[in-house]
Amino acid sequence: MNAVVAKVLGFLVGDAQADRVVPPAGFTVRLTLFTSAAMAFLMVFALALSLASGRLAATWSSELDRGATLRLSAPPEQMAAQTAVAMAVLQTTPGVATARLLSADEQRALLAPWFGPDLPLEDLPVPQLIEITETGAGFDAAGLRLRLAAEVPGAVLDDHARWRKPLVRAAGALRALGWVSILLIGAASAAMITLAANAALAANAQVIEVLRLVGATDGYIAQAFVRRFTLRALAGAAAGVVAGLIAVLLLPSAGAEATFLTGLGFRGWHWLLPLLIAPILGAVAYWATGVAARKTLEGLT
Amino acid sequence: MIELENVAYSYGGGELLSEISLKLAPGSFHFLTGPSGAGKTTFLKLCYGALIPTAGDVHLFGQDVRAMTRDDIALSRRRIGVVHQDCRFLDHLPVAENVALPLTVAGADRLEDVANMKELLSWVGLSRRADALPPELSGGERQRAALARAVIQSPDVILADEPTGNIDWEMSQRLLTLLIELNRMGKTVMIATHDLSLIRAAKSHVQARVLRIANRRLQLAGADL
Repeated sequence: MNAVVAKVLGFLVGDAQADRVVPPAGFTVRLTLFTSAAMAFLMVFALALSLASGRLAATWSSELDRGATLRLSAPPEQMAAQTAVAMAVLQTTPGVATARLLSADEQRALLAPWFGPDLPLEDLPVPQLIEITETGAGFDAAGLRLRLAAEVPGAVLDDHARWRKPLVRAAGALRALGWVSILLIGAASAAMITLAANAALAANAQVIEVLRLVGATDGYIAQAFVRRFTLRALAGAAAGVVAGLIAVLLLPSAGAEATFLTGLGFRGWHWLLPLLIAPILGAVAYWATGVAARKTLEGLT
Repeated sequence: MIELENVAYSYGGGELLSEISLKLAPGSFHFLTGPSGAGKTTFLKLCYGALIPTAGDVHLFGQDVRAMTRDDIALSRRRIGVVHQDCRFLDHLPVAENVALPLTVAGADRLEDVANMKELLSWVGLSRRADALPPELSGGERQRAALARAVIQSPDVILADEPTGNIDWEMSQRLLTLLIELNRMGKTVMIATHDLSLIRAAKSHVQARVLRIANRRLQLAGADL
């Protein structure tokens, strides 16, 4: 481990003399800086998108676990009897983990946003709600509806879980799309850095020839180019990540009602993930330039 | 040090050189001559591993070039100083750093070399040009800088390709004197040139053998000069 750390540090500190053998080329270097900054910036957003849609899918999934509700309407005098029958039906239905009667207070809380507080619930023909939790396998909604229709005609099964499933799937797909984008951005960075490195190697053919003539090994020559491009990519990516994080921080917040957009951002330890982008792009540049340099050098005498 | 055995080389098409055998012994002094395009440069390139023979064997310091890796070749170049016909430098670095380049790439760049460096530059008469960039040098200055670069690592062999190609007689005499001095220090020297007066000038100072490339073969040209 120490050897690896020493090697990385040695690479970063570098050999001042070795650095000088490659002329300080202006244009490709600035393009490399700009490209890696732009790529890192985009990567921050792709990462934010992936994490946010992951959170969204998780939230909706956990709500799914609550399963369904049964709404029971009956004349007040029959309410207790019908409720008991419905509970009996639910408790004997395979796939139903628990069935729980909502208390009057809970029902009042549900209606409060619409009718305001202090609603005289007892005086109104408000249906009774039963919260159903499914087991992992789930229950047969159609079968349950048939049984309820026969035994408790006033009961309506609201299988609200069902319409959320496509949403969860969509969020999952969005997250996958985010990750694919991150991979594509990484691959595109590798491609662009390879092109820049190849351009630099071609422009410095005479330098390479001279170095080779005076006894420089391929490793020495490659190192001079690889180091330069890796450091430029690293610096560009760091700037891009900082800009990306600032942009994410400045995203307008829509307040407490957690909509999709406010979710776009990082939570908790996820803030640490974007910090990995610069080292990863640096590693990509190191690898891409190394391959390009070795390939070019092997073609020379 | 450098051995060629029945070597042939072709760039595709007919053979440029064939059936060439030569052993460069330590401390020997060779001239290589022949008409333009006869293959002098190709011959020298075979001697420092820049070209692999199409037939026959080349041994550099006892190693077969065909079996040598690219790094082996690079390491052998540290024992062979080459002065090219068109001297190439790193144009963005001053002369002093260009001359020291073989030490830099070998990782042998030490403080005591600074003194050697000054001595070497004054020896080739470039002390006052140490901070100039290579494009600012004249043809003769480039040739001398290339010679300084070729010898700074104290190589065993010095191969010079038309080192007096674009400099005047006085300067070429001076360059020749430098090479003869190096030979007296025990270095093996081979100079490719078509300048016969240079060869005649050298013969009075040093025991030189003259090789001539004619009809694709290497011949020993002796007394006829």
